[in-house]
Amino acid sequence: MLGGPLIVVTSFLYLGLLFAIAYWADRRADQGRSVIAHPTVYALSLAVYCTAWTYYGSVGRAVQSGIGFLPIYLGPTLGAALWVFLLLKMIRVSKSQRITSIADFISSRHGKSHLLGGLVTVIAVVGVVPYIALQLKAVSNSFTILMHYPDITMPGSATALPIWQDTALYVALLLALFTILFGTRHLDASERHEGLVAAIAFESIVKLVALTAVGLFVTFGLYGGFADIMQQAQEAGLLQSMMNATSVSDQNWFTFSFLAAMAVILLPRQFQVAVVENSSERHISRAVWLFPLYLLLINIFVLPIALAGQLAFPDGRVDADTFVLTLPIAHGQEWLAMFSYLGGLSAATGMVIVETIALSTMVCNDLVMPVLLRHWRTRSVPADLTAVLLRVRRGAIFGILLLGYTYFHVAGEAYALVSIGLISFAAVAQFAPTMIGGLYWRGGTEAGALAGLGAGFTIWLYTLLLPSFAKSGWLPMTFLDSGPFGINLLAPQALFGLQGMNEISHTLFWSLTANIGAYLTVSLLRPPNAEETAQASLFVDAMKYDRPAIGLWRGNAEVTELKRLASRFLGRDKVDTAFAEFSRNRGTGYNPAQPADAETVHFAETLLTGAIGSASARVMVASVAQEEPLGLEEVMGILDEASRIRAYSKELEQKSRELEAATAELREANTRLQELDQLKDDFMSSVTHELRTPLTSIRAFSEMLLDDPRIKLDDRKRFLGIIVGETERLTRLVNQVLDLARIESGRGEWTTGEVDLAQLIRQSIETTGQLFRDKGTEVETRIPEGDFRVWADRDRLLQVMLNLLSNAVKFVPAGSGRIIITLSGGDEDYQVSVADNGPGISAGQQEQIFEKFQRGDGDNLANPMGTGLGLPISRQIIEHFGGHLWVESPPGKGAIFSFRMPKGSAKLPASETGSSDEPAYIDRG
Amino acid sequence: MSQHILIVDDEKNIAISVDYLLRREGYEVSVAHDGEEGLRRIRDDRPDLVLLDIMMPKLNGFEVCEAVRQDPELAGVRIVMLTAKGRDAEKEKGLALGADAYITKPFATRELVSQVKALLQPTT
Amino acid sequence: MRRAILTSQRLLAVFLTGMLLLFSPIVSLFDRPLFWLGIPMIYLYLFSVWAILIAAMALIISSSQK
Repeated sequence: MLGGPLIVVTSFLYLGLLFAIAYWADRRADQGRSVIAHPTVYALSLAVYCTAWTYYGSVGRAVQSGIGFLPIYLGPTLGAALWVFLLLKMIRVSKSQRITSIADFISSRHGKSHLLGGLVTVIAVVGVVPYIALQLKAVSNSFTILMHYPDITMPGSATALPIWQDTALYVALLLALFTILFGTRHLDASERHEGLVAAIAFESIVKLVALTAVGLFVTFGLYGGFADIMQQAQEAGLLQSMMNATSVSDQNWFTFSFLAAMAVILLPRQFQVAVVENSSERHISRAVWLFPLYLLLINIFVLPIALAGQLAFPDGRVDADTFVLTLPIAHGQEWLAMFSYLGGLSAATGMVIVETIALSTMVCNDLVMPVLLRHWRTRSVPADLTAVLLRVRRGAIFGILLLGYTYFHVAGEAYALVSIGLISFAAVAQFAPTMIGGLYWRGGTEAGALAGLGAGFTIWLYTLLLPSFAKSGWLPMTFLDSGPFGINLLAPQALFGLQGMNEISHTLFWSLTANIGAYLTVSLLRPPNAEETAQASLFVDAMKYDRPAIGLWRGNAEVTELKRLASRFLGRDKVDTAFAEFSRNRGTGYNPAQPADAETVHFAETLLTGAIGSASARVMVASVAQEEPLGLEEVMGILDEASRIRAYSKELEQKSRELEAATAELREANTRLQELDQLKDDFMSSVTHELRTPLTSIRAFSEMLLDDPRIKLDDRKRFLGIIVGETERLTRLVNQVLDLARIESGRGEWTTGEVDLAQLIRQSIETTGQLFRDKGTEVETRIPEGDFRVWADRDRLLQVMLNLLSNAVKFVPAGSGRIIITLSGGDEDYQVSVADNGPGISAGQQEQIFEKFQRGDGDNLANPMGTGLGLPISRQIIEHFGGHLWVESPPGKGAIFSFRMPKGSAKLPASETGSSDEPAYIDRG
Repeated sequence: MSQHILIVDDEKNIAISVDYLLRREGYEVSVAHDGEEGLRRIRDDRPDLVLLDIMMPKLNGFEVCEAVRQDPELAGVRIVMLTAKGRDAEKEKGLALGADAYITKPFATRELVSQVKALLQPTT
Repeated sequence: MRRAILTSQRLLAVFLTGMLLLFSPIVSLFDRPLFWLGIPMIYLYLFSVWAILIAAMALIISSSQK
């Protein structure tokens, strides 16, 4: 049975588990085995966006306004698509500058201004503390409701109770302690809180699972699925009223989406997890879709729970904001109720812890540090500043949570608390112009940023916060209705008579108009000074540089002094390690006695920035370094120089790339030449061999005949016959080699004209007729009727035919040889085939025989007169006229040599020039 | 008993001329027309000397030479490479593979005969 | 580098498509008291568009990491 003690113990156990996770993750981080360096953990940590306002409040919003709860999640989904530009740049800048908060970001961008950092901190605290109060209220209410299990009792007004009986106070104190324990473990705020992030990612899982569990129970346990709930709700008339409550054409639809898209990166806690705690830029990619997916999942059951709640509690006695908890209670599901309570607790604690840490960093660095710095100017500085800083930060955490509690205690059930989520969103939206604008526009100045933020914040206060006080009864309602002192034009929610807008849209319009207008106008009043120009360059050009532009500093400083300064804030060991790594990265050792150069000073300042913020770091470094201020001209000069160097090095890179490409081309050409050379060499070697072979016989027989007069007459005749035959072979070879060389080198002489293929075939058969008769070979022609004219050199084509026919007759069996010559016509070309019934040509040799001096097996024996050049020359001839010569040899069926020639008399081969009317011409191309 | 010489050459006319030349000098001569046949005849007939062409179908002269030299039973066979491939590299390769002499085509008939005689002298 | 630019431009296209599907008069076409499978059409439409946008982004990211 649930009861107070059990709930308290469970809550403590849950917080203890969180702490254990955080402790474990921190330990792992110390051992260098980070658990959070994972894109999924990063995406889950971003889900700290979903607070108790989502967990309990979405259902409430759905009851009030139907689909009106969705823009808060649709906006960030769309915004996430732009993270690869915006968030990436914010992270890049923050990492290189060791920026640890939004206040530092804006202040650093506009010339490291203390004033600006302070203003941003004030806006953040005022805007967000009520939001923290809301979380405290959620925890305390859910606790109270669960305490009364199985009854359903709405918690009374917190203000009615004495403070020491107020759960929220204890919740606040507990959370403060918890936050201090693992939020200020390291002093250097730029160091990631690994444990914290691990715990937050875990909480994101808990709240999603808890809400889904309740959703599943309601949708499928109490009802028969989505459609069933919808139908029952429709019968009860609930659905229509909810669907009518908000329309997508409302101003809210877009305004809320826009606000949410901004808030998801500009809320202090979101900046903390998205930018400061980010461990790798590559994690953004996963978050771009995983975070929106998380939002989608956590919203699936909102509408079913909202409808089921209204069906279960029709009298309106039960607050819709509690349905997630009260539905399980009403159906006696005590463990589910407990789990649901834990889900809400995780949503609230996650938000409070991260938000408080983020705010405490700002308060410490941008409000307290400037004061301390001024204080130390007149008095001695304490030796151990580390302890001072830690105390300040812990104090800030405590203070912020107490502030949150106080607000809750005072505002309680008031309107000012209920609608605080969007009011907070509108407050942080004021950071957008200076933050996002500052990332892309160089012109923004400190004065401009102060004016813009000031104007926007003032209008937010006046049109949104004060009216919420009025609605809570702390200000007269007449202030709302007819403006201060009855000046209608100044009515907070109809400023300058602007009516017909809802309050949030109204505020957003006026505040952002004033904000952007003032930022632009005041910035444009004067050109940015040296410091602003330098910082603008670091931010705007962040994606262009690998390293921040160094050299914007001139003066005298000593390394030992800088180290001593940094050690006071960060501790000696840490500083020693950092400096050692720095000089290692630069590749130069440093001599402590030597004056520090600009890069070293910059490094020391960045190191300090991580601990105390950029503006304070600037002041501190200036205290040990005698700086000669750089004028605007000089800063511009250095920046110009830097960009010139970059342009120059880019040009060099380009040049060297071109050179590499040229080298590669040359190398390739060289290889090709070498290959050609090799081919020529091989050709020459083959020609030599072919020439020497007949010469050998000729010489041997000649010498024998010369030496020996006694040789018999028969032998003499035989030998002389061989000599004549070999001489003929030699002549043929020389002719063919020259022929081939001419064709290949393009110097062949071609007498081109119309050739009738049918006639050509008949002539070739006549010429070779004796060969066929000698070997007893039967020749068959298959020539259809018709026109078979091609554009070619008649004699050359005849040469090809004769070569094919003599080849064929060479291989057919003596006495039973059979050769079939076929002529056929396709659409675009004619084909001539010469088929024989010889042994055929093996697949491996079918291409080889077209290479020079490559004969088929047995060729030499069968016909010692072959030169090995006939087929290569034939192929060259056919290809010269745009045709194609090839061989097929189905196993056991002899060989079929075929060539195809393009049709037509008017058609010239592509390589030829001149008009087709010319009957014949000499091609020298 | 006259000594036996085997001519391995796919060029019919060259084989005829060398055959006639060496018979006239009193040697017993036989002819093989490709590398495979040549190797088979070397193993079967155990000639005293082989005139071996290099560019031949089926098995080229280098391969035949290598096979002969790897067979200890054929240790006594002299090999004369006889080829139209006149490059120095080819000659070195032939000698490295164990040929006793290397004669380039076209050759002087007297030179061939004296080379053959010189190689066959000591064993008899 | 060129790959990264392509990815960011694709994501920009998803953003613009989302703007069109969620914040243009197109969305009001579905904002009617009609039901499909017993579920209000607008509800179904918004969640579908939402899921498709997420799927598109995931697809773009995963293709960029090949």
